[in-house]
Amino acid sequence: MTATTTAPVAAPPVPTPHGPNARLRAWATRAPLLPALVFMIVVTQLPFVATVVISFFDWNALYPDARRFTGFDNYHQVLTDADLRHSVWTTVLLTATVVLVSLLLGLALALLLDRRFRGRGVVRTLLIAPFLVVPVASALLWKHVLYNPEYGLLNGLLHYVGGPQPDWISDTPLLAVEASLVWQWTPFMMLILLAGLQSRDQQQIEAARVDGASDWQIFRHLTLPHLRRYLELGALLGSIYIVQNFDAVFTITSGGLGTANLPYTVYQSFYQAHENGLASAAGVLVVIGSIVIATFALRVVSSLFREEVSRA
Amino acid sequence: MNVVRRGGLGLLAWVTGIVFFLPVAWMALTSFHSEQDAATNPPSFTAALTLDGYREFFGTGGGASPWPALVNSVVASVASTLFVLLLALPAAYALSIRPVKKWTDVLFFFLSTKMLPVVAGLLPIYLFAKNAGMLDNIWLLVILYTSMNLPIAVWMMQSFLAEVPVAIIEAARVDGARLPTILARVVAPIALPGIAATALICFIFSWNELLFARVLTGVVAETAPVFLTGFITSQGLFLAKVCAASLVISLPVLAAGFAAQDKLVQGLSLGAVK
Repeated sequence: MTATTTAPVAAPPVPTPHGPNARLRAWATRAPLLPALVFMIVVTQLPFVATVVISFFDWNALYPDARRFTGFDNYHQVLTDADLRHSVWTTVLLTATVVLVSLLLGLALALLLDRRFRGRGVVRTLLIAPFLVVPVASALLWKHVLYNPEYGLLNGLLHYVGGPQPDWISDTPLLAVEASLVWQWTPFMMLILLAGLQSRDQQQIEAARVDGASDWQIFRHLTLPHLRRYLELGALLGSIYIVQNFDAVFTITSGGLGTANLPYTVYQSFYQAHENGLASAAGVLVVIGSIVIATFALRVVSSLFREEVSRA
Repeated sequence: MNVVRRGGLGLLAWVTGIVFFLPVAWMALTSFHSEQDAATNPPSFTAALTLDGYREFFGTGGGASPWPALVNSVVASVASTLFVLLLALPAAYALSIRPVKKWTDVLFFFLSTKMLPVVAGLLPIYLFAKNAGMLDNIWLLVILYTSMNLPIAVWMMQSFLAEVPVAIIEAARVDGARLPTILARVVAPIALPGIAATALICFIFSWNELLFARVLTGVVAETAPVFLTGFITSQGLFLAKVCAASLVISLPVLAAGFAAQDKLVQGLSLGAVK
């Protein structure tokens, strides 16, 4: 991926340098940047180029001698294979559901926490906790401690009210994975939206209130437009992280019952099936999907960034 | 009326806070129950407390000891965080205090690498590690975690260093202070809280990572999350043990996260939100 070109932000004026001395000074300015830049290119960009190359080969690690160039065959296979196509669909569904639900819940919680009330700091801390449980541990918690049909907490609580005793993971596998992820990601959305709410122009809101605007009118016409970019940012960053989710799918269902998403499928096809070429093609498809999201994400980040820099 | 409504919304906030926290609280409570009490339906809230779950987890009951995995996780997280700081600090300096030309483009290049999914490079890295004899080696994870966190760190630290007023630096320079002095006496005191928060966030991400660790390590270099995957299939009555394990392994993250609470959003949104 290449960097997006953004309009330069009020950078300090750079005198046009001339001669070898100036060139030396320019390199001295660049030098502190180079180790990080070279490191990133070597560790993240080179493997991706290799993935693209491997994706054009028919290559099963168990039969290394049969490796040969096949052009777009792997892509054709990935896109026509019913299981793989299903995993593309699962990825989209999983990401969209988790992002939307946690964004809405996060918005509601951010609005609640934006008001003053007794113990606000404590409630904020309680709400952040789910995000600070190691993802695998959180998935284990949901799988064994909450969802277990015989002694899980959910069925235990249902027992009190005489409700049914469903087998959550077998009955609604994808929903089970989604619920655990919504639990983990709602705090993230809440934090971003709360930051957005707190950066509102309070004077403007006061003025609107003096002019007789109702709470709903203020929310609809002042708060929501201001929050728009924070909502976009939350949705896009959430998408980038959740498209890549591996931990929950791996732990709760082990990719079974139709919950295998693309990252799990890539993992499974080379780690267990040793299909290097196919795995790479699927990996490249994940990247293409991410680039689409990332292009929007970069645009939102850069507009917020420009605003911050110009405000400073 | 208004007072009632305000009180009601405060109450609602408390209730949702407690509902969200309930699974964590239940995990903590269950970890102190005996296996028999942990597996009752309806759940027992008042069962006798015991440390058996923790004893089981730490291997006195005959299972595999988690200590090697915990040590590996500490090495991978701490070492990668140190490398990240070592690389990101000079880079952030060159992007804020004495910016290179087109510094925003460079900044966005770092960000774009973060949007490349891990699975995109997983296979070549695996093949490279296999051929180079680096499989099941904790230092391979250190390198990968460094690359995973470097963009976040560069973004965060750029925004923290940008808060150091240029005028102060210029004044110090006019007074004859040399670069090391300026960095130690002027820049560091202002930027230090931000650098600490950055380090904590990098630590959290490294500690949590599963996919790389799962694919690239085995018996020697397995990390704590990989150790936890051993609990995926049920092994009879083991809820208390699972809860104890999950809680112990999450403790460093909970501690680091609460310590960095104020800067958490800034780190997670890659510096876009302050």
